[in-house]
Amino acid sequence: MRDSIRIVRRGRIVEIDDIKPTETLLDYLRLRERATGTKEGCNEGDCGACTVVIGEWQDGRVAYRPVNSCIQFLGAMDGKEIVTVEDIAWPDGRLHPVQQAIVDAHGAQCGFCTPGIVMSLFALYHQEGREGPPPRDEIVTALAGNLCRCTGYRPIVDAALAAMAEPPADRFVEAMPQTAGLLQFLADGQDVFIGSNSAFFAAPASLSALAQLVMKYPEATLLAGGTDVGLRVTKGLRPISQVIHVGRVAALRQIEDVGDALILGAGVTYEDAASAFADLDPDLGELIRRLGSRQVRAVGTIGGNIANGSPIGDMPPALIALGATLELAHGEDGRALPLEDYFIAYGKQDRQPGEFVAGLLVPKLMSNQVFRAYKITKRFDEDISAVMGAFRFTIDDGVITEARIAFGGMAATPKRALSAEARLVGAQPGRAASWGAAIEALGEDYAPISDMRASAAYRMETAKALLAKALVECAGAPTSRTRVIGRREAPEAEVA
Amino acid sequence: MNAPESETSEAAVERAVHRSTPHDSAVLHVTGRAVYIDDMVEPTGTLHLAPGFCPDMARGRIRDIDLSRVRQAPGVVAVLTAADIPGRNDWSTSIGGDPIIAENEVEFWGEVLFCVVAETRDAARRATRLALFEGEAEPPVLTAEEAKAKGLRVLDDYGYGRGDVARSFASAQRRFDGVIRNGGQEHFYLEGQVALAIPGETGDMHVYSSTQHPSEVQHCVAHMLGVPNAMVTVEVRRMGGGFGGKESQASQWACLAALGARVTGRPCKLRLDRDDDMVMTGKRHDMTTAFSVAYDSSGKILAADIDFMARCGYSADLSGGVNDRTLFHADNAYFYPNVALKSERLKTNTVTNTAFRGFGGPQGILAAERIMDTLAIVTGIDPLEIRKRNFYGPGRDVTPYGQKVEDNILPELIADLERSCDYAKRRQECRAFNSKNRILRKGIALTPIKFGIAFTLTHLNQAGALVHVYADGSVHLNHGGTEMGQGLNTKVAQVAADAFGLPLERVRITATNTSKVPNTSATAASSGSDLNGMAALAACNEIKERMVAHLVSTTNAAPESVVFADGRVSHTGGSLSFADLAKSCYEGRVQLSAAGFYSTPKIHWDRQKAEGRPFLYFAYGAACAEVTIDTMTGEMKVDRVDILHDCGRSLNPAIDIGQIEGAFVQGMGWLTTEELVWDDKGRLATHAPSTYKIPTASDVPAIFNTRLWDGDNREETIHSSKAVGEPPLMLACSVFSAIFDAVASLKPGVVPPLDAPATPESIMRAVAFMRRSEA
Ligand SMILES: Cc1cc2nc3c(=O)[nH]c(=O)nc-3n(C[C@H](O)[C@H](O)[C@H](O)COP(=O)(O)OP(=O)(O)OC[C@H]3O[C@@H](n4cnc5c(N)ncnc54)[C@H](O)[C@@H]3O)c2cc1C
Ligand code: FES
Ligand code: FES
Repeated sequence: MRDSIRIVRRGRIVEIDDIKPTETLLDYLRLRERATGTKEGCNEGDCGACTVVIGEWQDGRVAYRPVNSCIQFLGAMDGKEIVTVEDIAWPDGRLHPVQQAIVDAHGAQCGFCTPGIVMSLFALYHQEGREGPPPRDEIVTALAGNLCRCTGYRPIVDAALAAMAEPPADRFVEAMPQTAGLLQFLADGQDVFIGSNSAFFAAPASLSALAQLVMKYPEATLLAGGTDVGLRVTKGLRPISQVIHVGRVAALRQIEDVGDALILGAGVTYEDAASAFADLDPDLGELIRRLGSRQVRAVGTIGGNIANGSPIGDMPPALIALGATLELAHGEDGRALPLEDYFIAYGKQDRQPGEFVAGLLVPKLMSNQVFRAYKITKRFDEDISAVMGAFRFTIDDGVITEARIAFGGMAATPKRALSAEARLVGAQPGRAASWGAAIEALGEDYAPISDMRASAAYRMETAKALLAKALVECAGAPTSRTRVIGRREAPEAEVA
Repeated sequence: MNAPESETSEAAVERAVHRSTPHDSAVLHVTGRAVYIDDMVEPTGTLHLAPGFCPDMARGRIRDIDLSRVRQAPGVVAVLTAADIPGRNDWSTSIGGDPIIAENEVEFWGEVLFCVVAETRDAARRATRLALFEGEAEPPVLTAEEAKAKGLRVLDDYGYGRGDVARSFASAQRRFDGVIRNGGQEHFYLEGQVALAIPGETGDMHVYSSTQHPSEVQHCVAHMLGVPNAMVTVEVRRMGGGFGGKESQASQWACLAALGARVTGRPCKLRLDRDDDMVMTGKRHDMTTAFSVAYDSSGKILAADIDFMARCGYSADLSGGVNDRTLFHADNAYFYPNVALKSERLKTNTVTNTAFRGFGGPQGILAAERIMDTLAIVTGIDPLEIRKRNFYGPGRDVTPYGQKVEDNILPELIADLERSCDYAKRRQECRAFNSKNRILRKGIALTPIKFGIAFTLTHLNQAGALVHVYADGSVHLNHGGTEMGQGLNTKVAQVAADAFGLPLERVRITATNTSKVPNTSATAASSGSDLNGMAALAACNEIKERMVAHLVSTTNAAPESVVFADGRVSHTGGSLSFADLAKSCYEGRVQLSAAGFYSTPKIHWDRQKAEGRPFLYFAYGAACAEVTIDTMTGEMKVDRVDILHDCGRSLNPAIDIGQIEGAFVQGMGWLTTEELVWDDKGRLATHAPSTYKIPTASDVPAIFNTRLWDGDNREETIHSSKAVGEPPLMLACSVFSAIFDAVASLKPGVVPPLDAPATPESIMRAVAFMRRSEA
């Protein structure tokens, strides 16, 4: 048991034992270290001004990822390297290639977003396997979580292309062996517990230790990536005093391919899952690409998205349509249930005191199954869905024999469209007349509300449109004719 | 393009102006060393403030606020209320009605009712939530329509016109009516509002404020404290963005910080939380604009009658100037032979709307462009052709407010852009695409802008600068403008370096400070370099004259032969380094410091009579945008944008291109993704970036070509340049018109009722209307 956390900062190990359970990394940097290069623009993970990079020892290398320091808890940084904008130039003052390129491209105006942009691009600069400039799409995706109100982004994208013309060569590449050594040294497998019974930050290192803690402190807040929990502190100002961080439990971060299904631990991040999910279906990959930002996906977990129970979370509808099963653990015991059954009502899930989400089983598509998912937002990237629709059709000889449909944003929970599903059985995607009744049945399945994201009427009309779109696509319409973004074909296959 | 003229051709030597030098803080920006107010080393004992408001009242009277739990909260040092204010409890620019801390009447959700002073910011924020309120809430008035029905105004209606509009309509054979609604816009400067006040001896106050208008903050703080202006100093090195949102809106927070400092005797900092910032500070005016237009068989407008109903919020703030500027731009680039313009400034129980890049101009231009798009549909003539037919031109060159358009370059500029972006061919391609696609539709539009440059309140068109040459030949420069990212300091330093023939590094610009240059205007109306560049040049020239006189008196130099270039001063009798001359001047007891001043010539405006010349010149530009929409969901993607914009002879092309692209994307956000939503209780529902969506990198098209028009400003401006801050924002109307065009393709002959912002839902409303209507 350790009663401190240890991080790597500027090549040295820093040990901190006086952390408050919900102290954020940004406050630590700005108020304690007085390293004010990192900015606060929103304090809720949405603007990227506070972006710093964390280095982790993973698969035999130091992996660098951007995070929003404003909603990351300091305690969750245990065992990681923290890199901020002040750290990346050469000691003799020469700028980092990313910094130099932004100067050269006139990519900073007021400069307030710039430290965060520099750090997002620094992470991209160190992307595994990168040798030359990534495609423009990837750069833009890497910047989706960094708002700039001044430049219009064009010079920033140009700077990124210029900075990444060459393979990585900066002081971090030079220091890699030492950094790797420090990070490996910090991975001591010790449970961390800082504080008292009534107020603590705990970061167990094993599944059993986690299970014990959750049973002992059933009221404690479980912390995974913190991209929901963080906002409860920074915006909700909730007095959270007991925090149990699940991120150090290696067993929860595993993805296993068992042939016809994927088994995921609750701590698997979006980034970890991205390629397996994209392989399962391109729409699932695109859904993850558009979920939050790179900073959110770097730490945000699928387990957290489910456990959070939000009616507008993006993964639940997609996973429900795929027929996923949720696994819950309680001490040594466990139980499994169909994912849709976990969501009981708004703010209420089927999780007992002492229980936690352990993992997820996601069946892959069979050869006679088609999957479609659509995320409707005001802005394409880093926006919460107004409506999110996911569909899995089983089609035999041109006739739908089973349909699973789930929507987010249409009810108080992520919810299946049972009436529409029933009426789709026997329909043929190619014959619109055969599925008109199913579309109308969505009106029986849902009674959405109006809010700042969309009106009830728009939600209902759009849900119907999405089901129709999925069917039209199943009938063979190329997505170059049905979608403005997230097309499934390679660009050259598009029809004008 | 035009041949490069005058200044560039004579410039064999490398000049400091007309060059793409990087922003003076670029290296500081990328290394995190640029200091914003919240980054400054805090004086020992600094306290932190957080404002409090009543969470469930947008309108009503507060009978009692129980602050006892607030006062007892951990870390709380004081709780400020209206009773603590020694002087004037108002932060408004001039008209009044903006309490720093409201006493008991609540006029909008988020009105500050008290302010906590605590040892930490976190403690202050947490304590604000402990207040208990007693009072009666009344139903808030939320829309302009409702306010109009109830006769609620913050200012009188205003309008003017020309010709006999009623007769024109009566006799015209062709006419149409229409309505367009546009939403407001949150500034979303990345650095929120912040101020740090440090009390001095004998009651002085030094305030660091993230403001575009240090002089006004100075005056507000002095009035609030009840002390003369001379006891308050306001300083700002840089802002993390302003966009008009820190023109009048910075004062309240500076006043609160100063009040906290006065009450506690300790330094006080107030940095608004983002959500509070979005709830408590003003935004762009949303408007409902109704128009009637009569036209002839060729598609030329005969008469236009346009009525702008603006939601101003609870107070006047800058609404007078903003709405006047809407009228000044209701013509955009088009000649209305007979015209009646009216502006209604309606009072609602929402935050007070304020300056935002374009200052009312965008709403006027948006209406003019909707009129053009409508004309194109009702006449069946190509929208670009319709626009050209209605441009100002010979014999059709007087604006509705009586100013002659003397510098119109639009016909040439449009022709250039039309060619370079391949408009005609791409328009055909869009048609072809639409004929083959049911779900996806493409639209394209090429729209112009003409934007008047000058403050329309004439006396604001003045500026001062202070220049010191030190004995080592280095130059210290200060001016009344503020740096918010637009590169003003870089441009003014270029002007000074050019004047002295020095490399840019020899010119040092420091923080804007009311004790160095007094009585300044806001850095606004795109006027920053026009005004401050000229003032700095005047100061430099004064010093140069003294240096030349000294040179002439000590050597045999002929005065006309003296040239300042490349760090040297040369003349018929030889040459010496600038530093040596500076030293020699010092030893010769020559004053090497000067205050420069500039006031814009030619302009005058009689608001009562609605005549004069409010603008020194116009800035022009045009953009072509192509979009694809999904008619099942309303999703929209901008595929390509081409811009050609007029900055006169640009002082710094890279900075100007940055302004153009940035303004365009900001304007695009206003018209597409950025939607402000209030609930029925008058609470702003979109008070965070999670719900209020400004454009991100992927919203910017991969093909985004921006060029500068090559030509001098025909007016005498600083090195023949033109102002650039605001005008290009309105180039984004091309995106909105392109979406309109895509929707219009669903049913030729029908005018889509598309309102801004064109969110997916707004687009679907227009699409649904098209599907319902008969062609
Ligand atoms: C800028 C931003 C953008 C976002 N965009 C999207 C989006 O596009 N779509 C979307 O769906 N969401 C979005 N989110 C929300 C959030 O990122 C997701 O819900 C994310 O998956 C939460 O995962 P996490 O690991 O960060 O969870 P945390 O915040 O750590 O936890 C979330 C909840 O789950 C509980 N919890 C975590 N792990 C367990 C466990 N093992 N067992 C039981 N309970 C547990 C926590 O106690 C908490 O209640 C966004 C958030 C931000 C800040
Ligand atoms: S401050 Fe905006 S994302 Fe952290
Ligand atoms: S440079 Fe100002 S926000 Fe990006």
